[in-house]
Amino acid sequence: MVGILEDKDRIFTNLYGFHDWGLEGAKARGCWNATREILQQGPDWIIDNMKASGLRGRGGAGFSTGLKWSFMPKEVGARPHYLVVNADESEPGTCKDREILRHDPHLLIEGCLIASFAMHAHACYIYLRGEYVREREVLEEAVKQAYEAKLIGKDNIHGWDFDLYVHHGAGAYICGEETALLESLEGKKGQPRLKPPFPAGAGLYGCPTTVNNVESIAVAGTILRRGAAWFAGLGRANNTGTKLMCISGHVNKPCNVEEAMSIPLRQLLEEHCGGVRGGWGNLKAVIPGGSSVPMITAEQCETALMDFDSLRELRSGLGTAAVIVMDKSTDLVRAIARISYFYKHESCGQCTPCREGTGWMWRVMERMARGEAEMKEIDLLLDVASQVEGHTICALGDAAAWPIQGLFRHFRPEIEERIASYRSGRPHVQGHAIAAE
Amino acid sequence: MPIAKVNGIEVEFEPGMTVLQVAELAGEEIPRFCYHERLSIAGNCRMCLVEVKPGPPKPQASCALPAADKQEIFTNSPMVKKAREGVMEFLLVNHPLDCPICDQGGECDLQDEAMGYGRAGSRFDENKRAVDEKFMGPLIKTTMTRCIQCTRCVRFATEVAGVSELGLLNRGEDAEISTYLEGAVTSELSGNLVDLCPVGALTSKPYAFNARPWELTKTETVDVMDGLGASIRVDARGPAVLRVLPRTNDEINEEWISDKTRHAVDGLARQRLDQPYVKIDGKLRPASWGQAFAAIAARVKATTPDRMGLIAGDLQDAESMKAAMDLFRSLGVASIDCRQDGSVLGTGPRESWLFNSTIAGIDEADAIMLIGANPRLEAPVLNARIRRRWLTGKLLTGVIGEAADLTYRYNHLGTSPEAIRQFVAHGPISKEKPMFIIGQGALNRPDSAAVLQMLGAAAKSMGVVREGWNGFNVLHTAASRVGGLDMGFVPAAGGRNTHAMLAAAEAGELDVLYLLGADEIDTSRLGKAFVIYQGTHGDAGAQAADVILPGAAYTEKPGIYVNTEGRTQIANRAVFPKGDAKEDWSIFRALSEDLGHRLPYDSLEALRRRLIQDHPTFGQVDHAPGHVSAGTFDVGAIGTAGEVADTPFRSPVTDFHLTNPIARASVTMAECARSLKAARGLLAAE
Repeated sequence: MVGILEDKDRIFTNLYGFHDWGLEGAKARGCWNATREILQQGPDWIIDNMKASGLRGRGGAGFSTGLKWSFMPKEVGARPHYLVVNADESEPGTCKDREILRHDPHLLIEGCLIASFAMHAHACYIYLRGEYVREREVLEEAVKQAYEAKLIGKDNIHGWDFDLYVHHGAGAYICGEETALLESLEGKKGQPRLKPPFPAGAGLYGCPTTVNNVESIAVAGTILRRGAAWFAGLGRANNTGTKLMCISGHVNKPCNVEEAMSIPLRQLLEEHCGGVRGGWGNLKAVIPGGSSVPMITAEQCETALMDFDSLRELRSGLGTAAVIVMDKSTDLVRAIARISYFYKHESCGQCTPCREGTGWMWRVMERMARGEAEMKEIDLLLDVASQVEGHTICALGDAAAWPIQGLFRHFRPEIEERIASYRSGRPHVQGHAIAAE
Repeated sequence: MPIAKVNGIEVEFEPGMTVLQVAELAGEEIPRFCYHERLSIAGNCRMCLVEVKPGPPKPQASCALPAADKQEIFTNSPMVKKAREGVMEFLLVNHPLDCPICDQGGECDLQDEAMGYGRAGSRFDENKRAVDEKFMGPLIKTTMTRCIQCTRCVRFATEVAGVSELGLLNRGEDAEISTYLEGAVTSELSGNLVDLCPVGALTSKPYAFNARPWELTKTETVDVMDGLGASIRVDARGPAVLRVLPRTNDEINEEWISDKTRHAVDGLARQRLDQPYVKIDGKLRPASWGQAFAAIAARVKATTPDRMGLIAGDLQDAESMKAAMDLFRSLGVASIDCRQDGSVLGTGPRESWLFNSTIAGIDEADAIMLIGANPRLEAPVLNARIRRRWLTGKLLTGVIGEAADLTYRYNHLGTSPEAIRQFVAHGPISKEKPMFIIGQGALNRPDSAAVLQMLGAAAKSMGVVREGWNGFNVLHTAASRVGGLDMGFVPAAGGRNTHAMLAAAEAGELDVLYLLGADEIDTSRLGKAFVIYQGTHGDAGAQAADVILPGAAYTEKPGIYVNTEGRTQIANRAVFPKGDAKEDWSIFRALSEDLGHRLPYDSLEALRRRLIQDHPTFGQVDHAPGHVSAGTFDVGAIGTAGEVADTPFRSPVTDFHLTNPIARASVTMAECARSLKAARGLLAAE
């Protein structure tokens, strides 16, 4: 056996698209099985079981999904409830939701129905990333199949009127932030809203809304079918269940894999990905949860477990479990400068620290990558990063600051050395470089 | 009431207040750029960060955070100070250091806050961003590089002005405010964008590089460009009025003023009458006051009171009208009129010519019917208030008259008086606070007495006036009108009104016509009458005059004005009258000696005492009667029965920017009118 998770415990049994993604194939794999019975248990039962399963949101923040569902008003008042599924997967390194969308779409659709029922919502929107064109085609086809089979829609066989809409975004990263997503869904410019009010109070069109990640919703059906205890039995306490992990970078076989939470990072890399390129000793650093979390060093990778708590202790985060592996050939400064450019490019420009700070940080990082910076600018950069972090409306400011902070936390001497060597390589004479050309 | 602690001091606050408001209750000033209490909350500048307990271990934007009971708020902790310094640094990294050539200098929020939270030097070694200028029309000068993206302008245009012509384009550090199509902002309230801009990105184009704020003498006074009497501040340097800014007055204009109020002031320096003229041999020639008075006295003494008339214009203060009225009454003249547009108001109870619900009453109204009124052109600030009420979703609006773009949706019930007929026997409506707003377009027609009677009957039938709520409202366009009607500046028994005076002049039955700032009459109908024009500008009235007496404009004299609500307001003098010009009341006082009927007051104070003694409402300064007399006001009894013609109502204001002599003399207003026409033409061509 490879890894920890046994085949019988996998939720996404068509992760690699080897089988039929359509309704027949999905049903053969167990999807849509006993959904009606699940709904018959009632919303409270569903939410209680989701809480008991210990499922933490798979979008990155890791907030308890069951608890989030329970924040919705218990009774439908004057305004309808909505479920919104965040399929705007754009974090660099992350490519797990697209596999669900194109290979196991019925798990998602079923999850949407169950979650909507639990939250008294009759309508659900799936906000799809703009670049996911093929994924949209598959998803829309799957939704059509579900409608035709009367699994969803008006007067469906499950007894809960339910409409599912697929909305195709325009490709802005910020629209993956839940309130910016709602703005975009409403037809406005994708800019995060102020919180409070939280979406559970006033979300889409001012109505109670819950926004969930694709994976969080897609696992719901299987959890309820197999029981909360089964799911809670995987992983370790407070970090239960299975998780899709996307490993990219300098490993021999980059892959997407469903694994049990809390699998040791080293085991994940060696057993699923054929090990680090050039052997474990060639490992330099790993970004364990998508581009926005701080990197960890090779030494930390020895002991790190792939879960929320272990990585938090290492001052990083599980994020979306998008593991970016960097071996010793990597120019880490260059890599982080590229990430800084990404956040500068994707900042919505609404609030001051992020709008002005991301550009500033990127420019300093670019010069540092070349070695052209002053030594004192390292502290300046960290100070600027701390001025962005925690001062913005949404978490994009934090996401822009963390990779830089992570880099300097572990590899500051490397940058100092680069700045020093850049200077020592060039006599400090005005016009020298031009004269030489 | 809940209690919060601000820096350790307990404060009681109303539920629903934000942390920022609670901190202000405690006397703590919170720096802010994007927050504005009359706009929606954006929370994007991040300058108002404070620390709250209980709460997350990071600073919170106080403008958007609801205050909670037993909350502890810290506005000066090290964390807060550090956070604000960080935000200030970010705001300044891409803000040019061009304060010496920036018109906002001295009244710039960013400059002020930078004193408190800015660093001594810059740590930013990269290139600064530059942003292309945007064209926003003849009133707004843009320097978009200075913009800090607070989006106040966008929110004002969208929410208050009701024109979605501004927006934030692009994202991240490329974000910029734009009018999308480089078109002028077509709102009548666009000048307020300049006030709202916390930096020098949007500045006043006509005022560009004219003065620094600390050079200006600031006079708080009252506006006369429309019937609202908005509270304004006149900024002058020496003899020149350089700009007009709004003052906050929640009862009337909140803190907005129309573009005409703000930008017509360059008209105060052009086309001015600064000395008396007398027509000799068909030509107006400069004269002394004595010669002018002698010429008038000769003509007055040569005729009889029934062949004389007096018409007062729209910008007159109550004192000058009182003096004129007293003089002409003492001469025995019955033909006096302050309604140069031919309106029929002025008989019956005072409520029949007031905006009884009060302007602030719009905030409570649940139904408004506009009859013959286009408030967007006649009183833009009032229109913004209607729009705000409409945005709450609690207001039903209907229009009888032209179907103009009012920035809110309405039911168009018809264009002519016929549409009123269905309401005459309508029966009470289910709304609690319904309003009629009757414009001058319905009141200056030949059949207006009958229209008014119909409106009164409809108001009675629908229950628009009831105990505690008087929904019968007249929207005046002339600042002087209510004052004139209140003092009875209408024809006495046997006297002629404006129409009759003009007809008589045409027919040669009028020998002397005294125009007190009256320029909106048809001067081609004056015939052979001897015309005396007393006023400020070389406009229509002066062109037709035989004697010109130079008076003082509204910024040049203390004066009483009564706004459309019946609110008496006192205006102050900002500068002195031009050249030989005098305050208007004193001209009548001097003239009265030459005419042998000396007026019994020697000072403005004595005149005011007399005015208040004769007409007590003038003594109730800054008081709008509102609903107090709703119980005794018989709205069904106003007007007189008669035939109504089926011609559509027309607003008297067709060209918003050119409604009075000051505005017509203003280059800025002419430019605005031209650009608006061009924009409309462009739209029509599409």
